[in-house]
Amino acid sequence: MKISANTITRIATILAIVSWIGLVYTNEAQFFSSINNLKPDFQFEIPGILLSVFVLMLFLFYKFKIEKSEGINFVDLLWRVFVTGLIITMVSLSFRLLMMIMGSSEKLSEWPLFTNFLYLSNLGLVSAYLVSTFIVWKRLILYQKSKFLLRAWRIFEYALLLALLYEVIPVPALQEFGNYYAGVLVLMGIFLSANMKWVAYLNFKQKWKSILLILLAMFYLGYYSFTLLTFSVQLDDVSPFFISLPDHVFFVSILAFIFIYALFSLLVILFNLPTSSVFEQKLEEVVNFQRLSQSIQTEQSEERVYDILLESAVSTVFADAAWIELHENGKVRYHTFQISEKEIEDLKSFVRKRNIKGIFDAGSDKSRNVELIKGSRFRSIMSSPILVKQENLGRLILLKDVTDGFNKEMHKIIATFTNQAGISIENFRLLSEALENERYKEELKIAKKVQRSLLPDQLEHNGDYEVTAFSEAADEVGGDYYDTYRINDDRIALVISDVSGKGTSAAFHMSQMKGMFHSLSQLDLGAGEFIIRANDALSRCLDKASFVTTSYFIIDSREKKIEFARAGHCPTLYYRREKGEASYFKTKGLGLGIIRNKSFPDYTEVNTIHYKSGDIMVLYTDGITEAKNRKGEEFGYDRLLKAVGESADGSAEDIQRKIIERLFDFIGDDSINDDYTTVIVRFK
Amino acid sequence: MVSITRTSEDGKEVMQVQGEVDASSSIELDNAMKEALSAGQSKVMIDCTQLEYISSAGLGVFMSYLEEIRSKDISLVIYGLRPKVAHVFEILGLDQLLEIKDTRKEAEAYLA
Repeated sequence: MKISANTITRIATILAIVSWIGLVYTNEAQFFSSINNLKPDFQFEIPGILLSVFVLMLFLFYKFKIEKSEGINFVDLLWRVFVTGLIITMVSLSFRLLMMIMGSSEKLSEWPLFTNFLYLSNLGLVSAYLVSTFIVWKRLILYQKSKFLLRAWRIFEYALLLALLYEVIPVPALQEFGNYYAGVLVLMGIFLSANMKWVAYLNFKQKWKSILLILLAMFYLGYYSFTLLTFSVQLDDVSPFFISLPDHVFFVSILAFIFIYALFSLLVILFNLPTSSVFEQKLEEVVNFQRLSQSIQTEQSEERVYDILLESAVSTVFADAAWIELHENGKVRYHTFQISEKEIEDLKSFVRKRNIKGIFDAGSDKSRNVELIKGSRFRSIMSSPILVKQENLGRLILLKDVTDGFNKEMHKIIATFTNQAGISIENFRLLSEALENERYKEELKIAKKVQRSLLPDQLEHNGDYEVTAFSEAADEVGGDYYDTYRINDDRIALVISDVSGKGTSAAFHMSQMKGMFHSLSQLDLGAGEFIIRANDALSRCLDKASFVTTSYFIIDSREKKIEFARAGHCPTLYYRREKGEASYFKTKGLGLGIIRNKSFPDYTEVNTIHYKSGDIMVLYTDGITEAKNRKGEEFGYDRLLKAVGESADGSAEDIQRKIIERLFDFIGDDSINDDYTTVIVRFK
Repeated sequence: MVSITRTSEDGKEVMQVQGEVDASSSIELDNAMKEALSAGQSKVMIDCTQLEYISSAGLGVFMSYLEEIRSKDISLVIYGLRPKVAHVFEILGLDQLLEIKDTRKEAEAYLA
């Protein structure tokens, strides 16, 4: 069964009160008997045992009250000691007052029972003070404890417990060693008193407070010892049953320990006073650095990071004024502390005039102490650049009104701060960039869908031939285009185009090409006229360095002929069943948009061929022929010819599959860095 | 990657194009062309003996200066095209619009 801390403290309180009452009752009874020469009702040891029980219960009580309580700082602990001591002193003083009212001290010895009662009351109160202080000291000593320290402390506690028992067990031989034992305990106390890491964590103000509180605690100790000793002197001879403190090993050692630790602490704090500001400063640096680091995750804006940087830097090096200047789009923006922008400008122009290098230079990461003019209130200046990915965003400038106000240490710290701020800002930028990129990706996905829909799902064709097409873009969107248009029952227009360049700009021109094809082909123009008009129209739309290559075909199923014109596009591959071989049409032509004047028709050539069953026409873009393998070789025209020749007996789709298969066999694991398209027409 | 060196000799502007001209490096070619044509020389030779590859964007650069060459009355000659590169010029039809020679000698003879 687990007993709660509250229950334990309650039980301990009750038992302490009961044992104390018992102690008073038994001891008083013994006194009474001895004064009146009666046989005592109680054995000699009983009050001692009850005192030990009382002290044990106090231990238990304070153990749970002080040791287990959390979130108490050192000064609060000392404050507790002070308050406990104060209350006990007040009560003790009221006893003294009572004694004074009752009469002189001589008179009191005539009332030994009453005097003993007062003595026991004082003893109880002092015990409470000693035990509570002991527990507080324990917490202080065990702050940042090591395993060894913990063990040493345990031994000390058990030794004290033993001292309590030792009072109870009346072994005369052992009692001879009482003084030695007390000596051992005191030595252990001194050894443990060397542990006072907590002192280092006090700031200047807390140290002064602690000194005051410890001094008072020591004063209490002195006062209690004096009070109890006074009683001892009065009561020692009155009865053999008097519980004498100077002989009590436990009390002597615990009192000595408390006093020694108080004294040590006092001295250590005193010696630490002059250096405490340094420690505080270091602590401040750590805290500021932490704030900057945290701003990476938590702060919402770059502005906040600059504010934190300014605050942290100023408080860390105790600057009198400071500013952060940020260079953005040729403009300078300031975050200031205790300085006006006019003053900043004055300072900067002064530094420039005196030609002092290394302070406001953009690339400089050196900071210097520079003594400034008498006109200004500042005497030293230090600066540190704020860098994000090698890019100089601006700088932090700190000022002091004393000469040599900054040292190397400070410069290092400030450099660390500005670095950290740089990282924070970079983090923001990466995050927003990532979001932006994500958005672009989404946009491109949409563009891809839209562009995909510009390529036809179904190709127009007549019964005497089949047609199939395949197209892939290097980027999300591309510049390859193919399409068909049924001019009438017999005649179908077929086009393939490749826009110069690739990616988004090519995709825009590709959509223009589609518009062009659908508006011109329905006019039922000849192939040559189509090309000329397309050039005319595109010359008005394309930018200076863009052009479109295209091949335009009109397949006439009634007359079994193809009329075609080539405008700078890859020569068409044609396989003749009769001859059983494939070749390229070597015709003249010029890309659309290259010549944007009336001379374009001079470069246009129209051809007509008659097709026969089994013939194959392969249209493609240069993405196929210029696809490179790892060695840098191009797939080329010959391999394309061969691939078609090998699959000439298959369907249009078979041929297409073969071409792509051969293409990827050739390039291996690499990807094709261009848009590529094929359109296969197979005549039945 | 492309590397372009420009020299001026005997009243001729000589531009040597080395490496590959693709969409990204065509900007360099464009800049070099702009400078070469605005240098004030009426004779320009483009040495393409070290040109390994040219993409449509690269061809677009040559194409975009056709008008300027004509209007400024500049004699521009390209020489030393490798067969593959020459083929690319031919397919697009640029060989009909630009003076293309096989060797430097022929190019110099044309300009003389």
